[in-house]
Amino acid sequence: MLELKNLGKRYKTGDDALKGVNLTIPNGQVIGLIGPSGAGKSTLIRCVNRLVEPTTGTVILNGTDITKLSSSGLRKARREMGMIFQEYALVDRLTIMENVMSGRLGYMGFWKSFFRKYPQSDIDEAFRLLERVGLDHMVDKRADELSGGQKQRVGIARALIQQPKVILIDEPTASLDPKTSRQIMRLISELCKERQLSAIVNIHDVALAQMFVERIVGLQDGELVFDGAPDELTPEALTKIYGEEDWEATIDDVDEGEENVGDQNT
Amino acid sequence: MSSRTWKRPPLIKDTTWRYGLLALMALYFVAAFFSYDVNWSRVYEGLDRGWTFIKSFTNPDFTTRWTDISEGIWESIIITVTSTVVGIILAIPLALGAASNLAPKPIYYLARGFIAVARALHEIIVAILMVAIFGFGPLAGFITLTFSTIGFIAKLLAEDIENISKPQAEAVKSTGSGWWQWINYAVQPQVMPRLIGLSIYRIDINFRSSSILGLVGAGGVGATLNTAFDRYEFDTAAAIIIIIIAIVMVLEYLSGFIRARVQ
Amino acid sequence: MPVTTKGELKVWQRRDRAKQFKIWFGWFIGVAIFMFCWKIISDATTWFFVYDAPRIAVDIGGRAWPPRWSYLSELWKPMWDTINIATLGTLLAIIMGVPVAFLAATNTTPSKRFLRPLALLIIVSTRSINSLVWALLLVSIIGPGIFAGTLAIAIRSIGFVAKLLYEAIEEIDVNQVEAIQATGASKLQVIAYGIVPQIMPAFAGLSVFRWDINIRESTILGLVGAGGIGLYLQSSLNILAWPQVTVILIMILIAVVISEWVSSKVRLAII
Repeated sequence: MLELKNLGKRYKTGDDALKGVNLTIPNGQVIGLIGPSGAGKSTLIRCVNRLVEPTTGTVILNGTDITKLSSSGLRKARREMGMIFQEYALVDRLTIMENVMSGRLGYMGFWKSFFRKYPQSDIDEAFRLLERVGLDHMVDKRADELSGGQKQRVGIARALIQQPKVILIDEPTASLDPKTSRQIMRLISELCKERQLSAIVNIHDVALAQMFVERIVGLQDGELVFDGAPDELTPEALTKIYGEEDWEATIDDVDEGEENVGDQNT
Repeated sequence: MSSRTWKRPPLIKDTTWRYGLLALMALYFVAAFFSYDVNWSRVYEGLDRGWTFIKSFTNPDFTTRWTDISEGIWESIIITVTSTVVGIILAIPLALGAASNLAPKPIYYLARGFIAVARALHEIIVAILMVAIFGFGPLAGFITLTFSTIGFIAKLLAEDIENISKPQAEAVKSTGSGWWQWINYAVQPQVMPRLIGLSIYRIDINFRSSSILGLVGAGGVGATLNTAFDRYEFDTAAAIIIIIIAIVMVLEYLSGFIRARVQ
Repeated sequence: MPVTTKGELKVWQRRDRAKQFKIWFGWFIGVAIFMFCWKIISDATTWFFVYDAPRIAVDIGGRAWPPRWSYLSELWKPMWDTINIATLGTLLAIIMGVPVAFLAATNTTPSKRFLRPLALLIIVSTRSINSLVWALLLVSIIGPGIFAGTLAIAIRSIGFVAKLLYEAIEEIDVNQVEAIQATGASKLQVIAYGIVPQIMPAFAGLSVFRWDINIRESTILGLVGAGGIGLYLQSSLNILAWPQVTVILIMILIAVVISEWVSSKVRLAII
């Protein structure tokens, strides 16, 4: 279980990106975090693994207070939290295998990782994961030779090989075309189900969120303004999160989208 | 599924090449290493002097040879200013000639040939020849640095001219402009920031070079520096080095400032 | 305003009067400074020699040709030394410069307050001093020879390598670094997996580039006793053996052209 209690972040510029957020995510639940740009979505998930240091509040993962950890403790805790990024954030000049294996760095000594002497069990797991995401035939390609969708699949494999309890996903589809976006979101939600992972998915595409997550949380100006099931996301709720706009079209989109899910499974 | 192993793909795929290259490199380093004949006792004795030199930075002697130092620095600055200005003025037409998209082939090869010679010879070698021809003094230094400034600016400017945006160049040409108008309206605006940046950078290089020309009698502070080392007057040498570093730092600060404004 | 109205007419000028005046004034000052500097050089020059220069140049040219090709056999060893000075000097500079670069880059330095300024000081001081001055110093400290020359090249190049490398480190994509941090990697692992692959092309490029520059620099170190072909240049000049000087200059030209060619080929291959 991941609990955020009164989580707040004020940047040096004086901007309050997060204003006391309380959120509990039970094991195995995937939540979609929606909200306008600058609402603090990215800050929120980065506060969970302390890529951004929260200024107030606590983050508790299965009983451990992450905000109190020393730097070596934090490294151990980060192993339990996979992360998937908007621009994939693969190391361009490393091969796919090396990128996936970078997910095991927290479990490995420096020299072992420096000379790429990975344990065979890790390599087996990497091949299994790459096969699962459909890339096991190109392990020695360099990351910058891949298409966007392929890069994000490697990103997913890198997060999962950490054997995480939670994955933090920051706009996984923002740089992808609509079809690839759905394939990636479907892959993520299936994998979370298979492995009983909880996940926070930052996503700006409301329709896509409604399609693939079981719970939606709305963030507006650093505060939680919505928390409910995808079908509770009415035009009123969207107005509360994003401000005044004609929301009917967006919701229509969702219906259409759900009809199409079957076709795309092939 | 049987377990698949993985090894990092090697940088060079072909094994003969890979090991051949490694062997060649190893051979070279062994050969190079054995051609060094270091007199370690002499080096050991020198450590003392090295320490004196480092210590002299805490107590540099500006006064004893101040007239020599100040005259030398002054001369270095003057050589820098004049050679940079003249060098840039002469480099511009040469750069136009060395840009493959502007110049006809014979002129292009001629200009490129001149640039190659100007860049290949080290300033000191040019300075030796100039001193032999023009006699001792700052004029030889001025001619030397002008020569290498021309090579430097012309080469980099020509590359920039070759990389100008084609649509802009074509747009101006399609108005029916003459060649000079075309240079003035299509080429010049595109390469101006680069030219200014290069010129400022060249001032920096010229000052650093002008501080060694004195070693071969071509003017500047180098002569004083040379004497200071010859007589083991490390505190005077330290003073000169400190002044050079300070001026280079000021120049670097200025160039950062100007470059930020140009862009 | 550059556009003024004269009755019905709109008159366009490129700049308004005050700005135009400032620009003219700037040019005036510039030209004045240049003339002043030129006057000083002119005063320090014995113009009699200069008028004589064309004759002297022709005279030297005449004496320098034909080159004394038999001298070539004595030059292979010093040329080999020159190449070694450049190559091993560059190698030493890389070994010393890389840690300095990591200390100087704002995003990798362990201490901004103490180590970073120290690293920047090393960069500025090694870079500002010409390698010939370093050679002068080292010859006077540890004695003449190619060892002093190699160290001089190495020290001068530290600042160059470290400066370009730390700028490359500061320009890396932070997302890739963040991704490695998020896996729970240690600081060294973050450097090895997140930073090093990103700066590799810049690093290889600048190393080869510096090697190319160093070949040229090491040809003259012999003038102050730091070994290499410059020693032979110096002694040939001392006895006014111009045909030998020609051979040496041709040899240097060939070496520099080859090294420039190698360096540009390698740099193209990397990108």
